[in-house]
Amino acid sequence: MKVTVNQDKCVASGQCVVAAMEVFDQRDEDGIVVLPNAEPPAEQADDVRHAAAVCPALAIEVQD
Amino acid sequence: MTSTVNPVDERAARAPEFPMARAAGCPFDPPPALRDLQQEGPLARVRLWDGSTPWLVTRYADQRALLGDPRVSADIHRPGYPRQAPMPPGGTGVSFILKDDPEHARLRRMVTAPFAIKRVEAMRPGVQRIVDDLIDELLAGPNPVDLVEAFALPVPSLVICQLLGVPYADHDFFQDNSKVIINRNVTPEQRSAAHGNLIEYLDGLMGEKIAHPVDDLLSGLAERVTAGELSRNEAAQMGVLLLIAGHETTANMIALGTLALFEHPGQLALLRDTDDRRLIASAVEELLRYLHITHSGRRRVAVEDIEVGGEVIRAGEGLILANDIANRDPGMFAEPDRLDLRRDARRHVAFGFGAHQCLGQPLARMELQVVYGTLYRRIPTLRPATELERIPFKHDGSVYGVYELPVTW
Repeated sequence: MKVTVNQDKCVASGQCVVAAMEVFDQRDEDGIVVLPNAEPPAEQADDVRHAAAVCPALAIEVQD
Repeated sequence: MTSTVNPVDERAARAPEFPMARAAGCPFDPPPALRDLQQEGPLARVRLWDGSTPWLVTRYADQRALLGDPRVSADIHRPGYPRQAPMPPGGTGVSFILKDDPEHARLRRMVTAPFAIKRVEAMRPGVQRIVDDLIDELLAGPNPVDLVEAFALPVPSLVICQLLGVPYADHDFFQDNSKVIINRNVTPEQRSAAHGNLIEYLDGLMGEKIAHPVDDLLSGLAERVTAGELSRNEAAQMGVLLLIAGHETTANMIALGTLALFEHPGQLALLRDTDDRRLIASAVEELLRYLHITHSGRRRVAVEDIEVGGEVIRAGEGLILANDIANRDPGMFAEPDRLDLRRDARRHVAFGFGAHQCLGQPLARMELQVVYGTLYRRIPTLRPATELERIPFKHDGSVYGVYELPVTW
């Protein structure tokens, strides 16, 4: 699984962090998404897909 | 010769009034007429206070698509924008929630940092202390008591005051003015005066923060003002928005949620008997979905023609996205009218969707988790002190809830 994020679209809702804390994080200065782990293991796939679904800005893309 | 009637015009002529009335005895359910419109089709026309007939979007999937669609504008100054109330005389400045990107994003990003998940989680112990202290006072005070006054309003007011750097001692002043601003039935002059009072108040605070910045959100804005990135008026506008939104909505969720739980004793027992944070978090999402306290719909205007369900919304036409009925869309949530704290309700649109999704939602969620996870456990015999029929509901505001909730234990 490969994850990409679009920081320009991100609105810092943090819902991705709530859904998959090992995969997503937020910048200290403005809460914009950062991606410490762009290729998460299979056991985190459901959480990552949920993160993409709840992202209000549709800023997360997931490729299997 | 036969006359022809344009079907679109004819539908506009038959458009029902919006907002619509809830059914007597069903204070937690959206208006039945909204449900009828949702069943009839994806789009309807409704008539507003000024005679305009914007489109009403009722279904979950359409609302999510439109709220994330760049052809849809949140700019209140565009012609066709479906206003909730008349513009005050002389107009007022508007905060970023009524602007589009890039201006919206520029201003919003100035205040997103304190709402990041880790920052909000760091506030949890402080919120827990506020909640515990208020419950101690509640237990030591008169019984019965009004839960709104003694608990539901103070919790989020204390939290947002701390976050912003607003003195809580001024709470009567800002709560009274907030109530006027969100009431649909006040005159434009009254609303304008209340808004003016709060702008003046925040402007005064901004002056203090510019002179003596400390570690709070208003001081952060003050630094932007000093650096020339933000005008002092824009900073005051943002302060007013965050102050009102930070206490009104959460206060209503606490009181209305508690009343809804009283009416569903089995569900209340789940919260009373658990310290499972996952269950508490899930309960909060379900109560947000089920109650949906912002019941005037998200307001937008189309900037290009947009096709929805085989019909075309023309550029310049207004849109109202009725999130309350979207959260009861059977196409998204099974048995949507059943309150079920164990269901996965996380995809609700109670906080909206798209670039304008509620800025404060991580904080609101955390506060509600602390409240719902604490109040009923600490006061297991908490119950209403009056009948449901005697409780006054906020049918006249842009935020739904109860004016009072007498409780005993």
